[in-house]
Amino acid sequence: METPHKILILDDDADWLELCREIFAQLPSKPEIRTATSSSRALGMLDSESFRLLICDLKMPRMDGLQVLSVVRRRFPGLRTIVLSGLEDEEFRSRAYALGVDLFWLKSDMQQNSKMFLDCIESLLGRDSDGGFRGIQSKGLMDIIQMECLSRSSTVLRITRGPLIAKLWFQEGELFDAEVEGARGEAAFRRILAWRSGSFENLPAEPDRERTITKPINALLLESAQAMDENANPGTETQFFAASHRETTWKLSLLAREGAEFVISIPPEGLGEPEVFGIQASDHLAAWARNSLEIARRLGEKIEAGPLSHLVANGMEKQLTVLSHSKKSYLVGWPPAADTNQLFEQTKKLVASWDS
Amino acid sequence: MGFLKKFARLFRSRAAIRQLPVGSLTMNRDGQVITSTVSSMYPKSLLDEIGRAVLALFGEARAAQLPLAEVNIHFGSLLVTARELRGGTIIFLQPQSALSQPPT
Repeated sequence: METPHKILILDDDADWLELCREIFAQLPSKPEIRTATSSSRALGMLDSESFRLLICDLKMPRMDGLQVLSVVRRRFPGLRTIVLSGLEDEEFRSRAYALGVDLFWLKSDMQQNSKMFLDCIESLLGRDSDGGFRGIQSKGLMDIIQMECLSRSSTVLRITRGPLIAKLWFQEGELFDAEVEGARGEAAFRRILAWRSGSFENLPAEPDRERTITKPINALLLESAQAMDENANPGTETQFFAASHRETTWKLSLLAREGAEFVISIPPEGLGEPEVFGIQASDHLAAWARNSLEIARRLGEKIEAGPLSHLVANGMEKQLTVLSHSKKSYLVGWPPAADTNQLFEQTKKLVASWDS
Repeated sequence: MGFLKKFARLFRSRAAIRQLPVGSLTMNRDGQVITSTVSSMYPKSLLDEIGRAVLALFGEARAAQLPLAEVNIHFGSLLVTARELRGGTIIFLQPQSALSQPPT
């Protein structure tokens, strides 16, 4: 008789571990579930026993999840790893994937969508017996999509670019649906293909997903490549104005959707004029943003407080966030009633879309 | 051996880890620290730097016709929150870790 796989769950919350035990008891392969409430205990257990899968929280005292994962990756390269965290910041997702984890799930998503989560775990547990290779690679999005289609996969491809999340639904090698930033179907697909970088993960297929894309994938890829080429090298004046109009419409819709009042994208000094949306007199604001970032950066170096992440300023009439991204600085204006705690995340999202 | 140990002690690196500042301070419009709850172990020159930078930020905002009531500077390991006080300022210093939750 085949021995059941062993799963180790690491979390400093004992109640949560109990809940996980109950949920994982529903797995069809009936794996043996072990738990640990501290990182040192978990590493000790991994040393003394053989596990197939480690499910790890991120926020823990003494040694956090990212530290555990970096140790695990070196010492137990064959161990499958899943991060199950309550931290919604996309930065942690990127950092976890950079450490080579197989899956990153939010605790809230797991509770709401426990069936899909269990499917993912079952698929990870069985993947070795199915054969296949595992590794980290950097491929273009078009290549990844073509691979899914050629291998006639049924899967959901979840693509992240900083705080932006997109999904592509495949059913037996056909692209069924795409979703990003409130858009669906072909428009969303074209938007996703315009992303220059990001990371991806495969989720279990959703065969019941409504089909919004009926065009063959090769036609879509060809059209998208053509559109991107025209945007980059507009041949005629009409093409230039059409591309510029599309870009302006897209940026204004982004502003409206996030609830921002204006965005100023400021290039490094001497390398062009600021690009402004949603406000008229912007020179003084751009100069303020540039000078403020410089003052803050110098202060950070002097007091050794780490790299400057961003500035948030509150006035009577508006709230402002300032941050640097890909050599440019961005100043985003928000209404005074906007939730201050959400401003940074919203700004990151806006800037990532702006820059993609 | 004893002879070598003496040399080793003499040339041992004296690089010290400086703790990040924690607490609050008030500063008048001339850049002088009026009150502070930051540990006296933290160099006063660096507290002055923090105050000067914050006053410069408020000054830049006034020059840009952009009166501000509060500025938050988020560094990788420190959050500096400054509120304007009639030309002066009150500054709160909170060390941060990668997993710190934003203050509410």
